[in-house]
Amino acid sequence: MADFAAPAANSPDTRGAYLALTRRRRLYSGLTILIFVVLMASGFYVADARNAGGFWDGWRSMLDFPADVVTEAWAKRAEMPGLLWRYVPALIETLNIAAVATLLGFFGGMALSLVSTRGLAPWPRVIPVFRRFMDILRAFPEIVVALVLIFVLGSGPVPAMIAIALHTAGALGKLYSEVNENADLKPVEGLQSVGATWGQRMAYGVIPQVAPNYLSYGLLRFEINIRASAILGFVGAGGIGYELRNSMTFGMGKFDEAAAIFILLFLTIVAVDQISSHFRNRLTQGREVLQ
Amino acid sequence: MTATATDTPGARQAEAVRRIATKRRAAFAVPVAILVYLVYVFFAFDIPGLAERARLDNAATLVADSYSHKVHVTRDNRSGEITVAKEGERKGTFPVEMEPPWVVRDAGDVRIALEDGHAVIFGPDNTAVYIHPGFGRIEAQASRAGGVQLNLAEEALPEWVSYSSSRLDIRTDAGRLTMTRNRTEAYRYFFGWELFWFTLDSPYYGRTPFEIVFGPQLDPERANVAGAWQDFWGNNVWRHADVAWAMLETILMAFLGTFGAAIVALPLAFVAAKNFTPLMTLRFGARRAFDFLRGVDALIWTIVLSRAFGPGPLTGALAILFTEVGSFGKIFSEALENVDDKQIEGVASTGARPVQRYRFGVLPQVMPVLLSQVLYFFESNTRSATVIGAITGGGIGLLITQAIITQKDWEEVTYYIILIVLTVMAMDWLSGILRRRLIKGDTG
Repeated sequence: MADFAAPAANSPDTRGAYLALTRRRRLYSGLTILIFVVLMASGFYVADARNAGGFWDGWRSMLDFPADVVTEAWAKRAEMPGLLWRYVPALIETLNIAAVATLLGFFGGMALSLVSTRGLAPWPRVIPVFRRFMDILRAFPEIVVALVLIFVLGSGPVPAMIAIALHTAGALGKLYSEVNENADLKPVEGLQSVGATWGQRMAYGVIPQVAPNYLSYGLLRFEINIRASAILGFVGAGGIGYELRNSMTFGMGKFDEAAAIFILLFLTIVAVDQISSHFRNRLTQGREVLQ
Repeated sequence: MTATATDTPGARQAEAVRRIATKRRAAFAVPVAILVYLVYVFFAFDIPGLAERARLDNAATLVADSYSHKVHVTRDNRSGEITVAKEGERKGTFPVEMEPPWVVRDAGDVRIALEDGHAVIFGPDNTAVYIHPGFGRIEAQASRAGGVQLNLAEEALPEWVSYSSSRLDIRTDAGRLTMTRNRTEAYRYFFGWELFWFTLDSPYYGRTPFEIVFGPQLDPERANVAGAWQDFWGNNVWRHADVAWAMLETILMAFLGTFGAAIVALPLAFVAAKNFTPLMTLRFGARRAFDFLRGVDALIWTIVLSRAFGPGPLTGALAILFTEVGSFGKIFSEALENVDDKQIEGVASTGARPVQRYRFGVLPQVMPVLLSQVLYFFESNTRSATVIGAITGGGIGLLITQAIITQKDWEEVTYYIILIVLTVMAMDWLSGILRRRLIKGDTG
């Protein structure tokens, strides 16, 4: 920028170079946008062609199914409170899966992050191994792990819990190791100088510094895990997703049940969203006050 | 400041002691609460009963199948016909002249050499002999009338033989022999995935890459490399072309969904941002709409949309789009509320119209942040697209659930898992590079 502000603004050289630069930039960004538009359009075309129903036909009938559900639920509105109550145990199971998976993933991610952060790791040479391990944990879609575990352990909440916990450990491990990198090393050195073991250095030197961030990310993960747990239920891992699939496969006549489940799921997600964002705000603001 | 009661050293000490005691109690109570919760879940999830339900033999099959394959030698006891086939599938059946050397047809007998000196001989009159070097011979005969009969008394059988008059099953580490009234079958296990590159009908089967590239022409019709590619791509056991399409469909879902959502969410985010929309009701409406889109969740969107559009990548893309419009709307409007007004005023002072003000005053400020968020979501949506594909029926998610449900093609499941993990890691890496470049471009 300083070049252009120089007094020789009228010098044809600078001016020409600037204009050329602008032209080239415009060309590049124009090309990027063009490629992007072509990709989007052709992508849409391909997706539309390979879909069972086309976009333009489906678009008009998009509201048919919600309308059916709402009509049926409205017609049987007297039974709605009873239905909502009936699915509360399934909802609790879904929440339990998410909560336990988040807890286990939280501790797993904490351990993984501590052994894969430069400056904190007890064995610095194997840091890359732990990092790749976390990458792999994150890359596995939960559904795959859950389905394989259902084959081995039988259907139920445990496969879903393990699947989500593994993924959570990888995801939180990565976030936590980024947090750890910003931790002040002085307390760790101080503890080391008095002969603290690695576990003690981490527990008293690092964790107190990073705990608010850890908790805040953990809460965010809990929100995500509730959604994941509902989805895994849909493929046979128990909880509210499983009930939803049952009422969906039955079709017409059970749509009031589907509606009840939709309502419960929606309310839960929104409620947890609100509560966790409240606590996360408090955690992050609390930290700002301390600084 | 006047000295109040709390300022005296004694009171301060009491306060400090009280606080430390509270912290101590918390340090004790939190782990106890977690432990109590875990105990509750331990029983709620029926973990004690898990040991009974767990099928460890399933796990063993799964692991063995994921890295090895077996070749079946089957005799139809009624017709006496013998076939040698990989995994017992018709597509993997060896033509007689290509049969492996460990199967020897010898004047009515078939000698099958297994590993470690074990062997199976299919003899005349539907007899079969399993030769175990450490145990001896187990002779069996299948007949219409008597079922399966053995030369040994049932008490003398070792635990790796399971026998009833309708079925004999001998399982050792070297191989396996099963016999029923209608069929005698011997299995031998091999390391690796069967027919991964070429099927048996391809002239390139069993050739090394060196032979294919530099060796003599194997098929008079086609050049070696082109022919090998055609046969590999059209391999009808592993269906590489279909798998590649499915993977592409999954990425396509994530791409269309994420970037489509970004395009839809950007103008809406202006409506939801305080500094661009002074009208309270409009802002409130936009924000609640975002909350609704996010709250409904991809699972419900997928179900609703698949009713209208049927299974396929478009449904998945739209499900991702609907959810992410909510997420992006929220993130974008927060970013827009933090823009610097000076640049907008500067652009406005040159007489720019509102659209120009947004384009040159606002977008350059927020673009790097927004794009890096979008890229981050793109990466995570590649994984979601697998899951959504499993529900709605499209992409690699569909293939992998189908393969898992059949409960026998674990080598294909492994193949798909490896593909998915590699793709997700590649996306992670790519979006990381692009994000770093965006952030650098911003500061430099």
